[in-house]
Amino acid sequence: MPDLLLELFSEEIPARMQRKAAEDLKKLVTDALVERGLVYEGAKAFATPRRLALTVAGLPVRGRDVREERKGPRVGAPDAAVQGFLKAAGLASLGEATIVSDPKKGDSYVAIIEKPGQETIAAIAEIVPAVIRAFPWPKSMRWGKASAAGASLRWVRPLHSILCTFGAETEDPEIVAFEVDGITSGNTTYGHRFHAPGPITVRRFDDYVASLERARVVLDADRRKEIIATDARNLAFAAGLELVEDEGLLEEVAGLVEWPVVLMGSFEERFLDIPGEAIRATIRANQKCFVLRDPATGELANRFIPVSNLVASDGGQAITAGNGRVVRARLSDAAYFWATDRGPLPDLDTLKASAEKLDLQLDKPLDQRMAKLDKLGVVFHAKLGTQGERVQRIAALARELAPIVGADPKQAERAAKLAKADLPTEMVGEFPELQGLMGRKYAELQGEDASVAAAIEEHYKPLGPSDRVPADPVSVAVALADKLDTLVGFWAIDEKPTGSKDPYALRRAALGVIRLVVENGVRLPFMKLAVQLQIRIIRQLADSHRRTLMAPLIAYDEIAEMPVTEIRDGSLNFIFRRLEKTNASVAEAVYEGLQDLLSFFHDRLKVMLRDQGARHDLVDAVLGEGASGNDDLLLITRRVAALGRFLETEDGKSLLAGYKRAANILKAEEKKDGEGAFAAAADLQLIAAAGLIEEKALAVALAQATPKAEAAIAAEDYEGAMAALAELRPAVDAFFDKVTVNDPDPALRANRLKLLNQLREATRAVADFGRIAG
Amino acid sequence: MNPTRSFQGLLLTLQRFWAERGCVILQPYDMEVGAGTFHPATTLRALGPRPWNAAYVQPSRRPKDGRYGENPNRLQHYYQFQVILKPSPPDLQQLYLDSLKAIGVDLALHDVRFVEDDWESPTLGAWGLGWECWCDGMEVSQFTYFQQVAGVECAPVAGELTYGLERLAMYVQGVENVYDLNFNGLEGEDRVSYGDVFLQAEQEFSRHNFEHANTEMLFRHFADAEAECKALLAAGEADGGARHQLALPAYDQCIKASHVFNLLDARGVISVTERQSYILRVRELAKACGAAWLKTAGGGAN
Repeated sequence: MPDLLLELFSEEIPARMQRKAAEDLKKLVTDALVERGLVYEGAKAFATPRRLALTVAGLPVRGRDVREERKGPRVGAPDAAVQGFLKAAGLASLGEATIVSDPKKGDSYVAIIEKPGQETIAAIAEIVPAVIRAFPWPKSMRWGKASAAGASLRWVRPLHSILCTFGAETEDPEIVAFEVDGITSGNTTYGHRFHAPGPITVRRFDDYVASLERARVVLDADRRKEIIATDARNLAFAAGLELVEDEGLLEEVAGLVEWPVVLMGSFEERFLDIPGEAIRATIRANQKCFVLRDPATGELANRFIPVSNLVASDGGQAITAGNGRVVRARLSDAAYFWATDRGPLPDLDTLKASAEKLDLQLDKPLDQRMAKLDKLGVVFHAKLGTQGERVQRIAALARELAPIVGADPKQAERAAKLAKADLPTEMVGEFPELQGLMGRKYAELQGEDASVAAAIEEHYKPLGPSDRVPADPVSVAVALADKLDTLVGFWAIDEKPTGSKDPYALRRAALGVIRLVVENGVRLPFMKLAVQLQIRIIRQLADSHRRTLMAPLIAYDEIAEMPVTEIRDGSLNFIFRRLEKTNASVAEAVYEGLQDLLSFFHDRLKVMLRDQGARHDLVDAVLGEGASGNDDLLLITRRVAALGRFLETEDGKSLLAGYKRAANILKAEEKKDGEGAFAAAADLQLIAAAGLIEEKALAVALAQATPKAEAAIAAEDYEGAMAALAELRPAVDAFFDKVTVNDPDPALRANRLKLLNQLREATRAVADFGRIAG
Repeated sequence: MNPTRSFQGLLLTLQRFWAERGCVILQPYDMEVGAGTFHPATTLRALGPRPWNAAYVQPSRRPKDGRYGENPNRLQHYYQFQVILKPSPPDLQQLYLDSLKAIGVDLALHDVRFVEDDWESPTLGAWGLGWECWCDGMEVSQFTYFQQVAGVECAPVAGELTYGLERLAMYVQGVENVYDLNFNGLEGEDRVSYGDVFLQAEQEFSRHNFEHANTEMLFRHFADAEAECKALLAAGEADGGARHQLALPAYDQCIKASHVFNLLDARGVISVTERQSYILRVRELAKACGAAWLKTAGGGAN
């Protein structure tokens, strides 16, 4: 069976696009082959900085023949019908058609169209140019003379040559001949840009890979990665050091070289005064070099690992020296940033107003930066005001949250006020990924309390489902305040995530709140806080926009009581658009609007539990009908956990089965007698007089267990509530075993149904068992 | 002049190299610009159908990059060597590598790489795809295939090479501090260093850029340049708007506004939100100048 080899040779393809491009090439070509009925045995795609390559093995020589019958008109039909048939079937005359006889319908014409299967090589010659012309590069360009015309070929960078061969192992493959915008396909490729720039004639995949290897090109990116990682580790080991592993950098570097040569350079020890994270950030981002650490101390070493693309005639000395020079220059910059950020800002006088507003200490460098952030009026979001305004809100909220999470309110407020202060620092300006971390370092240096400094870094956490959740109460307070402000703020301006679009990472923020609450056991009065916060946002926006109705500085209580219709002016309109016709107060309107945010949290909770492999249907069961009242996220998760454990037990399973049976019977009978027909308590005297012993037992059990379960729930003792319900099990089992609910005596029937209803109500105190799946 | 021994030798070698490949060798544009791209020989000539091959040195001013002469790598005034080839020739990468050889970079010894760097100039309404060219990990040039300039699609596409001359010179001379570069190639008493020529200027202009530039005057100059640009654009309309007679003078005012903005930015008197709006204002000027240029002979109008 013949194989296809395709190579698209171009100027340097951005490293970050190579892997996806190779996969796209494979998918587009093989899909098109399969669409034409050309199935294959295997396909693999590759990328280097200068080429995309694809091999498709085990293709047929040609596609299957296709035979098609096309029915025509009756023999003797009008000429127009005959002509239409001939044209549609592609026949020259009726002589080419066959006549078939049908006992009922008589004779009619049939055209038998036989299409011989297309030669695979011809199909490839059609497929590949089409794939090239419509290739899904994230960014593509035009070039050269051809670009004077509008519809010239687009590629990621200028495309230079196309290699395309097709043939079986036993024969000389043929060139698949086609042309794309002046580039004619052939069987030639080129080796390493400097080591082997001449043309190489290729037959098939095997000799292609081998020829490239001789021409100093490693085709497979994963092999290049392996070479780099192994050589880097060995070089590190030989120097008594350890490679700081970096998969992202490794992937990128493998896309920058066709023939990796790993080297080691060094820089002056004095640069090690700069925080290690900053050293790594600059060497990584700007120089694409790895860094090393001392395995004994875990501290960075004054070495780095560049990966070159050249087997240099001097063994790489000049390359190492050159890289070292740049690394030193970069570290000089970092050292400058590090020193500048710790010194005072010029023009301190202009920062006084901001410092006063935020209660900052202008003799401290980080406080100065926060004042500067406020002074510059850096916008957080056009509708949500500036970073300075946001920090004010977060600080107020963190202070309020402090007692709830067990933090010192002053510390929480202070940490919140400095949490964003590193944004205008030189270091974070240069390396945004160091935000938080640099703030912590600068805070430590100006003598902030350890918890305050830690909170500056940790308040961004957790950044994802696997990121660590802060545990220090001050960090928890600021992290919650930051995320709640974001969520409540975006809900206020109605910018919620939709589908796959979540530009402000609000899902992540909500999950962060849930994890902070659950893992630290925080009882958050969510709705109360959210309403206060949103009113504060509204008030602050109103103040800063100086809307006449609100200005100056309207009090919090006043705005809360104010009817929505009174603040329907300009910029705040959007918040209440849905409610502008009602006469609700601002507080009521805000509460209403935030129900949706609470549901968003419930959904996040379900997603979190599902991702953890837990039963997310239990969330619905615990929330029951009154989802809106359930705003204590910690309690919800605790109840879900207790319910989950209970349902694992025999008692739980059995009780759930009993519940379902009771609910089904009730549902059927309520249809007959009407909703609520059995809502009253069962008549105990009737049971005593005429009931069965199992019926009596259930009534007694319910009378004992129900108040117990309710009391346990009220005391937030969910295990206790489950245990109380578990006591019902023997009575329920026996009841269903022995008692016929639909007794011929209507009084007995109704009474038994009332009993079942009591059972349903008893379980509802704990969870809505009807929402439990299975 | 040996390109590895003196700054001016490097510069002259590059000029000769590109002159021999058919480029018009121009002199620097006589205005303050942030980069060689601002020279009308690039910005405007990149637009329209007419072929154009040119090379020139352009002194470039980036007020914010001043370091009072104390940083060995950063300057608020430096030289770019700019090559523009329209349409981009098929062997542009090889031409570039040949030019490196010409200035003394041994390609068997040094690791030259093309690393993705998509170029965008928000103020010029321009973007292109290309690379930073690395020599042993140092960015020594930018290589761009212009796709759009002044908001207009380039047809044909021009290839632009920008060499950072100081960096290249430091590289080939093996010098760690820019001020130590040998400028004239002589030794002993006759040796003139880059510091001899430019250190004082770096110190004085850093003071000017960060501390003394009169911001009130600069705001006024910005407004003046913007108004003058618009006035010239209006006054140059001819043949009922089919032709333009003042595209180049109008563009000069656009350059002026752009530099004044850079100075104001260095003085830190432009807030983040304002910054965006200033960039936009300059871009609007650049776009209008580009449109005017396309109505001139140089822009291919008949």
